[in-house]
Amino acid sequence: MNRVVITGTGIYSTIGRNLDEVKESLFNGKSGVVLDPERKSYGYQSGLTGKLDRPQLKGILDRRARVCMPEHAEYAYMSTAEALRMAGISPDYLKNNEAGILFGNDSSTPAVIECVDIVRARRDTTMVGSGSVFQSMNSSVTMNLSVIFQLRGVNFTVSGACASGSHAIGMGYLMIRHGYQKMIICGGAQEVNLFCVGSFDALGAFSKRESEPQKASRPFDKSRDGLVPSGGAATVILEDLESALKRGAPIIAEVIGYGFSSDGVHISVPDVDGPVRAISMALKDAAIGPEKIDYINAHATSTPIGDQNEAKAIDILFGKHKPLISSTKSMTGHEMWMAGASEIVYSIIMMQNSFVAPNINFTEPDEFTSKLNITPVIKEKNIDTFLSNSFGFGGTNSCLIVKKFN
Amino acid sequence: MTREDIVKTINGLLIEEFEIDENAIKPDAHLKNDLGLESLDFVDIAVIVQKEFGLTLKGEEMTSIRTLQNLYDYIFNCIQKK
Repeated sequence: MNRVVITGTGIYSTIGRNLDEVKESLFNGKSGVVLDPERKSYGYQSGLTGKLDRPQLKGILDRRARVCMPEHAEYAYMSTAEALRMAGISPDYLKNNEAGILFGNDSSTPAVIECVDIVRARRDTTMVGSGSVFQSMNSSVTMNLSVIFQLRGVNFTVSGACASGSHAIGMGYLMIRHGYQKMIICGGAQEVNLFCVGSFDALGAFSKRESEPQKASRPFDKSRDGLVPSGGAATVILEDLESALKRGAPIIAEVIGYGFSSDGVHISVPDVDGPVRAISMALKDAAIGPEKIDYINAHATSTPIGDQNEAKAIDILFGKHKPLISSTKSMTGHEMWMAGASEIVYSIIMMQNSFVAPNINFTEPDEFTSKLNITPVIKEKNIDTFLSNSFGFGGTNSCLIVKKFN
Repeated sequence: MTREDIVKTINGLLIEEFEIDENAIKPDAHLKNDLGLESLDFVDIAVIVQKEFGLTLKGEEMTSIRTLQNLYDYIFNCIQKK
């Protein structure tokens, strides 16, 4: 079995457009959430959202590349370019070696809507244009980035709802561990636009605390009333340890465990047993006990039942040792398809700088969250090993364990 | 619409929208070999021609358009027939 290391990370999120900006935000407990009046004009029950500007890629990428990219592929381009720079990987290296790409993504809305609008209105598909099909497919991010970066290895998208990004890293880890690939660019991407979460809003799942946007995402807090949708992209470069050492790569951390499960219970209500099984599998895979986990980056999205059931699951496995816990979604909102990857990036930033980012807005626990060691303020902490949970609709669960490289 | 108007509109779109070097824009420029346009770009050119001139380019007609001059002529002739 090969050891799997992380040699580069990159981020483009609502709390910072690169690693340095994000580090500052994590350190200062800065929120990226706003109230979007346009959503209210379209009848959204909640107009709360993470706010993110699209990067300017004119002059960086040619027209053909840009025409085929939806916004979240642009975000993923930015995070991936940053990760490749950190990992010291040149375009020539990618051209001459077999590097793959696995990204989590589960929607690409505007291109679908625009195409259907044109076809319905004009009864003429020639008016759709050339970029639409490439922008509208779920695999849009991986298909675009694989061409831009001229990748020659594995190339597909993982759709696992709000655990997509985490499963993508998990799949990459398994492929390298078992010797199928030497290097895989893994990550997650999430669109942020007017229509992409309309159907989600229809469920009434979003926080209604519109008078205080930056206090709306309050995972584990007693007065939490729903999640805040958000997005961006995050990238993690996974490599086989041997080949990373051979090319003199900067080794940041090691992925030591991946666990997964399905609740098999309900389409939208998360369970307790499924997460317990995924976390247990990750611990077993890493061959460590729960006492070795210094920090848990919780999935906790700020929904009443979701946070309650994750708290129960964590308490079952970590009740004795009580590691520090925070949900960075308190600052970012719920980055959905991207979250499983971004939260690995956020946690690595904490690991490298010896602190735990605060679970902002956690002012009062409830019966279940009171059993956990959740920190509402920044904590100085040496993190040797952390665990990151990601759960999604349909009861998909993913858990990753990452260790400082020794 | 005069032939000059058509030339001016098409050239402007190629420079602005398709980011083609102004110096490469010549009537005898081959769309693929000289201007670097590919089959996917012709899909977008069809959209632009429809929007700007109200003409629907058919796939079989597109294949006979090889140079910029061919494109100007095609649009001019279609407009004349309207």
